[in-house]
Amino acid sequence: MADFLQLLVAGLATGGIYALAAIGFVLLWQTSQTINFAQGEFVMVPAFFVLAAMKLGGVSFPAAMLIGLVVSLLVLGLLFKRLVVDPVLRHGVLPLVISTIALAIFLKEAVKEFYAADAQPFPAAWATTNLAIGSAVVSAQNLVIIAVAVVAVGLLQYFLNATRTGRRMQATAQNPGLARILGIPVEHMILYTFLINAALVALASFLVSPIYLAKFTNGETLGLVAFVAAIVGGFNQVRGAIVGGLLLGVIDNFVAAYLSAQYRAAIPLFLLIVVILVRPQGLVGRAEERTV
Amino acid sequence: MKIPPRARVLAGAAAVALLVAAPFGLKPYGIYLLSLWAVMTIAAIGLNLTLGYAGQISLAQAAFVGIGAYTAALLTTQGWPLWAAFVLATALSFVIGWLLGYPALRVQHHYLAFVTLSFTTLVFLILRNEEWLTKGVYGITGIPRPNVLGWSTQMPVDFYFFCLGVLALVSAATWWLIRSPWGRAFTALRENPIRASSLGVDTRRYTLMAFAIGSALGGIAGVLYAPLVQFIEPTAFALGLSFSLLLMVIVGGAGYFLGPFLGAAVSVLLPEWLRFTEGLYLILYALFVMVLVAVCPSGLIGLAERLRRPAAIATPEPAPPDDGTGSS
Amino acid sequence: MAALLEVRSLAKSFGGISAVADVSFDVYEGEILGLIGPNGSGKSTLFNCILGQLAPSAGEVRVDGRPITGMRPCDLNRLGIGRTFQLLQVFPQLSVRENLILAGQEHQGSMWSRLAGPRDAGLAATANRMIEFFRLSAVAEERAGALSYGQQKLLDVAMAFMAGPRLVLLDEPAGGVNPTMLAGLRERLRAINATEKATFVIIEHNMEFVMSLSTRVLVLAEGRIIAEGAPEAIRGNRDVIEAYLGR
Repeated sequence: MADFLQLLVAGLATGGIYALAAIGFVLLWQTSQTINFAQGEFVMVPAFFVLAAMKLGGVSFPAAMLIGLVVSLLVLGLLFKRLVVDPVLRHGVLPLVISTIALAIFLKEAVKEFYAADAQPFPAAWATTNLAIGSAVVSAQNLVIIAVAVVAVGLLQYFLNATRTGRRMQATAQNPGLARILGIPVEHMILYTFLINAALVALASFLVSPIYLAKFTNGETLGLVAFVAAIVGGFNQVRGAIVGGLLLGVIDNFVAAYLSAQYRAAIPLFLLIVVILVRPQGLVGRAEERTV
Repeated sequence: MKIPPRARVLAGAAAVALLVAAPFGLKPYGIYLLSLWAVMTIAAIGLNLTLGYAGQISLAQAAFVGIGAYTAALLTTQGWPLWAAFVLATALSFVIGWLLGYPALRVQHHYLAFVTLSFTTLVFLILRNEEWLTKGVYGITGIPRPNVLGWSTQMPVDFYFFCLGVLALVSAATWWLIRSPWGRAFTALRENPIRASSLGVDTRRYTLMAFAIGSALGGIAGVLYAPLVQFIEPTAFALGLSFSLLLMVIVGGAGYFLGPFLGAAVSVLLPEWLRFTEGLYLILYALFVMVLVAVCPSGLIGLAERLRRPAAIATPEPAPPDDGTGSS
Repeated sequence: MAALLEVRSLAKSFGGISAVADVSFDVYEGEILGLIGPNGSGKSTLFNCILGQLAPSAGEVRVDGRPITGMRPCDLNRLGIGRTFQLLQVFPQLSVRENLILAGQEHQGSMWSRLAGPRDAGLAATANRMIEFFRLSAVAEERAGALSYGQQKLLDVAMAFMAGPRLVLLDEPAGGVNPTMLAGLRERLRAINATEKATFVIIEHNMEFVMSLSTRVLVLAEGRIIAEGAPEAIRGNRDVIEAYLGR
């Protein structure tokens, strides 16, 4: 039972991080038909913005986090949209897929070349002690991650559902043509989703890097998980990404512990194949209204 | 301005002559790169068939190269001749590729990309974990180079000509296939599957066939790859290779016959020419791909076509004067 | 005389909306049946149900007495049924000649016989005949995407006939074709009907075109047949006029 609780908490924590990566991925797809194959690298890079700020700028960790966030918004949000997505999107979805694959390579190699090839320690913004709950030993870090992820997702949901801008963004995602006719500044809404994605991946980066260290190869696994979480949960709903992310995090931990550590990555993939073939709209999603 | 046939033949002959003469002026590493280019071109030709001609996006090609490579490695290190590996790997890749085509009948585009992506990763996991068969992460060493009818291909130059020979055969077969009624059917499948179906094209069969043949070529490339590098391990056949091959096809020009040749050249040879930039060559390659895709998504050959006949794109008459809803 | 095509109580609903309801009619060999009706009356849906693009919610379709309801479009082609689409659908990358050969090559034989057989699938002569018949000789080797709209339309129609079909369903063949070409198109269709004994069912909005071509006319409104008869009779039919003008 103690093990179960530990695994569950750890699973939810990892799942929370996956969910953050997956939500942004889904938002980008919904509003602008962008499939960002570089999403994993997007989660890898912000940590390096922070490390660079500290190393080269000599700033303190909190200040560096802020700088890291701002730079992420700029580079992974604005620049990504203007320089990579906009020029290619008019050619179709496949060229954009190629572009983001190339971008992933670019980011990975740039970090490797210009920062470091080996794993870098990343400071945690909280205590790394363990708590005892009953007979279980639970890492405080995991609890903090869960808390942060919950707050972030909560804020996002509030923003999307209860604010005017948020609802306009949802309208844009559902039907951009109609949104335009209704006078919604669709281009701005799309830009906001890119910025939100940048913020989410930055947050995910800050949460995951203390545990797994910052390394240029982190993007590979994280990217795959983001895709799987998004699709399994439901590719056209933010809720789907959350469900998918949490589910995968928990499954991953339990499979590794009880079944096979070697094939832990296989379960999400099987799930992905089954979901796509049997229920493409995902576990939570609605049948896709927009055709590709 | 169309290129006259005679000029094309001369250009082709010149290219072949270059390919035959090239290894004699190069060091062993250079010859290895040329051989690698030939092998990757074969895999890219396969993917070009599935993606460029039949319009099915596949990120699974790396898995088939892996299947071919491991088949060759396992057989030849046990003393079996390479041609047996060719036969087995081709058959295996064809059948598995055919089965992989079934998801393509249900889903398209990005969903198909994800299904094939998962397939590649699953195959990689099997290659990595099933040590009893594949020796896992330790890999298989000492893969011998074949003896082709008494001619030993042990030396780099000899093995290069062997690769070139296989590439020539594959190219000829693919050329013939594309020019056959099947090639026409694949084009129809890619351009307009609904109209194609109403014209009697069995879109299901042709989709499966496109997957099967493309995958079989991936397997053949793998069988050549194993004796080329003489040591294989699973990470070479993971998702990265699938992405690499996809980029090769797109950069070269999807749906063009010469696309894979060009794309593989850019992907394999360009990094070496950019060696002087030290670690930057991958970064430069990535930037190049991003710019190319934004400027000309039909790849380098598409770009060349565009430069050759800039004004040849006829504008159709204005849209028919109906209500535009398409309902009756 | 037995009907070539029999449609019995065909119905199709999307969600709660009934697009086609209880439609029954026969098509006899050699005739040209016009299908007209105001927008939204279900004509294209009806076609799609007959031709396998959509599965009908109810009813049956028979050809030569054999049920073909829900058969795949490619199998229907092999039974000798062809169609054109409302939105022009030629293959722009292929030449005119290649388009025509493609249109005929899948009709007979198996995939394997096609692979082993000649490049043009034995259709060179037929393609030439079509090119001449539809007066496309000047552009036969051009990429189809480079043709004018009117020429592409002619190619589109020609493609439907490459497989020598007995029954062709034409979805707005006159759409977007300029008046000079229209007369030519009508004349070509009449000629094919006479020489090849091809039976047509034509959806059209262009009244003049469809009335002058058809031997018999059906009128569809809100998913049901409201009138049937010779073109002259339909012209004066009160129900038809009301359906078009709305109530």
